[in-house]
Amino acid sequence: MTGDLAILERKDGRGALGTFAVGGPIIEVKNLKKYFSSGLFRKKVVKAVDGVSFEIAKGEVFGLVGESGCGKTTVGRCILRLLEPTSGGIRFDGLNLLALKGRKLRTLRQRMQIIFQDADGSLNPRMRTRDLLLEPLRVHRRLDGKAAERLGEIMEMVNLTPDLADRYPHELSGGQRQRIGIARALSLAPDFIVADEAAASLDLLVQSQIVNLLERFRTERRTGYLYISHNLNLVRRIADRMAVMYLGKFVEMGPTEAIFTEPAHPYTDALLASVPTLAADRRPAPLAGEPPSPLHLPSGCRFHPRCPRAQPLCARLEPELREIAPGHAVACHRVS
Amino acid sequence: MREVGEAMGPIVQALKKNRLAVIGAGILSVLVFIAVFAPYLAPRDPVELNLAERLSSPSWDHLMGTDAVGRDTLSRIIYGTRVSLMIAVVVTMIEVLLGMIVGMTAGYLGKAVDEILMRIVDVLLAFPGIILALALVGMLGPSLTNLVIALAAVGWVRYARIVRGSILSVKEERFVESARAIGCGNLRIATRHILLNIVTPIIVLATLSMGTTIISIAALSFLGLGAQPPMAEWGNMLNEGKPFMEKAPHLMIFPGLMIMITVLAFNFLGDGLRDVMDPRLKEKVEV
Amino acid sequence: MPFLEIRDLHVTFPTPAGHVRASDGVDLEISEGDSLCLVGESGCGKTIVALAVMRLLPHSAIITGRIRFKGEDLLGLGESRMRRIRGREIAMIFEQPATCFNPVLTVGDQIVEAVRVHGERSRKAARERALELMSMVGIADPIKRYGQYPHEFSGGMIQRAMIAMALAFEPALLIADEPTTSLDVTVQAQIIELLADLKARLRTTLLLITHDLAVASTLCAQAAVMYAGGIVEKGATRRVFKSPRHPYTQALLAAASGDGSGVIRGSVPELTRLPEGCRFHPRCPRAQDICREAMPAIEDGVRCHLYQHSGVTA
Repeated sequence: MTGDLAILERKDGRGALGTFAVGGPIIEVKNLKKYFSSGLFRKKVVKAVDGVSFEIAKGEVFGLVGESGCGKTTVGRCILRLLEPTSGGIRFDGLNLLALKGRKLRTLRQRMQIIFQDADGSLNPRMRTRDLLLEPLRVHRRLDGKAAERLGEIMEMVNLTPDLADRYPHELSGGQRQRIGIARALSLAPDFIVADEAAASLDLLVQSQIVNLLERFRTERRTGYLYISHNLNLVRRIADRMAVMYLGKFVEMGPTEAIFTEPAHPYTDALLASVPTLAADRRPAPLAGEPPSPLHLPSGCRFHPRCPRAQPLCARLEPELREIAPGHAVACHRVS
Repeated sequence: MREVGEAMGPIVQALKKNRLAVIGAGILSVLVFIAVFAPYLAPRDPVELNLAERLSSPSWDHLMGTDAVGRDTLSRIIYGTRVSLMIAVVVTMIEVLLGMIVGMTAGYLGKAVDEILMRIVDVLLAFPGIILALALVGMLGPSLTNLVIALAAVGWVRYARIVRGSILSVKEERFVESARAIGCGNLRIATRHILLNIVTPIIVLATLSMGTTIISIAALSFLGLGAQPPMAEWGNMLNEGKPFMEKAPHLMIFPGLMIMITVLAFNFLGDGLRDVMDPRLKEKVEV
Repeated sequence: MPFLEIRDLHVTFPTPAGHVRASDGVDLEISEGDSLCLVGESGCGKTIVALAVMRLLPHSAIITGRIRFKGEDLLGLGESRMRRIRGREIAMIFEQPATCFNPVLTVGDQIVEAVRVHGERSRKAARERALELMSMVGIADPIKRYGQYPHEFSGGMIQRAMIAMALAFEPALLIADEPTTSLDVTVQAQIIELLADLKARLRTTLLLITHDLAVASTLCAQAAVMYAGGIVEKGATRRVFKSPRHPYTQALLAAASGDGSGVIRGSVPELTRLPEGCRFHPRCPRAQDICREAMPAIEDGVRCHLYQHSGVTA
């Protein structure tokens, strides 16, 4: 997907300043792999992410779902280079992210942020709310001496009452802590945010508030999101496109509605069927077996031991991600 | 710096509730006062000889009696407080500094550096500390300075271990990752985020170790390897009082008591600190 | 006579920060063989109600009211009698099952302990019963799993192990506190199936505590919605979830439906500083003056001035 090109004209009409890429993807990931090795002489290898490729357009919300151990959190961390990828390419707004170092990387971080799942651990317990909220701006010297003013703006943005400014994280509720985490990410007005289960541990009503906030930012600032979650309902609500991940690989990727209404991969199907509904018109249909451990990868298609539609071929050959409809790709031998 | 001060507030509050800790702190304050104002408190010059009054029992004139050469025991005790406390503090400061440098390097850089440094620490820890210190002072020659060097050279290892352990665990904390995600550089992360969070175990260990350090100082001086006569120091005084144990027991009793009280005070305070800081158990009411 | 009847339950904790009114006048009934879910957000007091029934609250708690189980008032019982009921007639499974197991003992040993505490079984008989329970809850290869330690069990399996322990004596009442919360969605479905299955087979009465409305509606016929220590609406699950009347319930369901509606400003009040009158009024989109002054009584399963036959009309 190439972006549109725009030509910036000089105001005095004497020609152009240059050609710039407008609307290209904010994130391009190519064949990302992250292996963790442990044990003596680094023998045990966990292939947390094993070849994942996708793009996120500016202002797009890309949902990433899967169960524990599938590697979705690792993908998020690698994109922000909080973990170093083992191999693969990552481009941020056209820039080769893996080539950046030191100060250049740190300065770029203003444009890409992460919201962690449990704000409980991600806030330094010895810092007060006001210091936590102002830290990002302070680190990048964007306070311009207007600390108090900016603090007020930030707190209002996430609906934190001013009296909370002097509190420590343990003196706040889970929802309030999460809002601090979000405020820290948003205060830098980034172009891209990885939301790693950003609303997971929160109460329903608080979840609603938080998701609303994220959506507002998306519309106002055209922020792109990678929304990692195991809550399928939430992903359906906010993601434009999504991918389903299993044991380190994408098994299905495409427009959210298409995947929800006509899931192509058996795992996606099983996942959607497992979610209990409010109407309780049917009981969730459980998938047999346990979510797998990335330490013992099955041969061939990684899902075949649990797949209700497995064939002998599935145990031998690993399926490739193939497009079955515009923008909708599946990795399954039965579907092609 | 402000944060350290702010972090102390609730700790002090909680500490007030611990009776023993309060007692310990109280005793220590008195001792510090004595040490600081020694010249004004001591009734006589601690090194002034007065052979006429040698080996006299406690009396109104000499509240704690006199020693073999007629020096006033009370004054020597008072000046001895100075020596003990000051040396203990200096030794501890050097130990903590060395331990932190090594521990932080090992914890941060990890892998090979960590392995090498920790093996050195392990080797040193295998030796009984006091014996090693003894050997060191023996090699360097008996003097107060060498005593400090020996004790610090032996004692830094326990801090290194603790600091490294703390760094390893804090390094993995989400909020450190969060700081990196924000764009903090390594220096800021090390000072702002990691340091503040490892300070507590160090403080606890330092306080509890003061007792041991004081005993070590006294022990080595008792053996003649530390403070040299005529300096007034509790360990020294014990040594000098040994030959007169039956005739003038007060010469050993008073310094011995002082050592005991000081060490107890540090231990009370240290225990209290550890209970308060160490996991902050708060009654969580699960609803 | 209702199987379990809770009348006017008040649980207060004196703390340095003030009195925490964790439970403020809770009334509930469950018939034998029925299933009731207690839903609400964190801090609403639902776990406290369960702990009160089990008499597992800390000694500092001040408890008033009545909890009648098969006619007996549990709050008035002596500890030894209560101990015979706990685990035998009323059992509870907890959130985060991994933390309920001793990491240095094998899972098998711990299930056996549950069996032996109440029955005078020989070691052999107890072990057999434990294996039987393990297969009943769907743990594959129970003999091998018996000798394993909790950390070798996955999240779903350790939850099954806890259910096995709870069902050792086929209790008449099973209290499940957030049994599916920390689990992956496919494992959650398995546990839901297991609970429904066991409930039907053993004819157990179920009291389910959860914040997940979908799980609640799948497992329970009756529902009670709690907010800030009190019940705001209760009734048949189908009716409460399909046509909620209390504004809080409506907001909850709108939020759960995931369509972006149901956004209510503000947050749950601290239990030491509850608002006057109706607890929900500061956040309620339909609050009236009377809501600020008087706490409404429960009428026809809903506690809201909008539905009182006297006073304001909806």
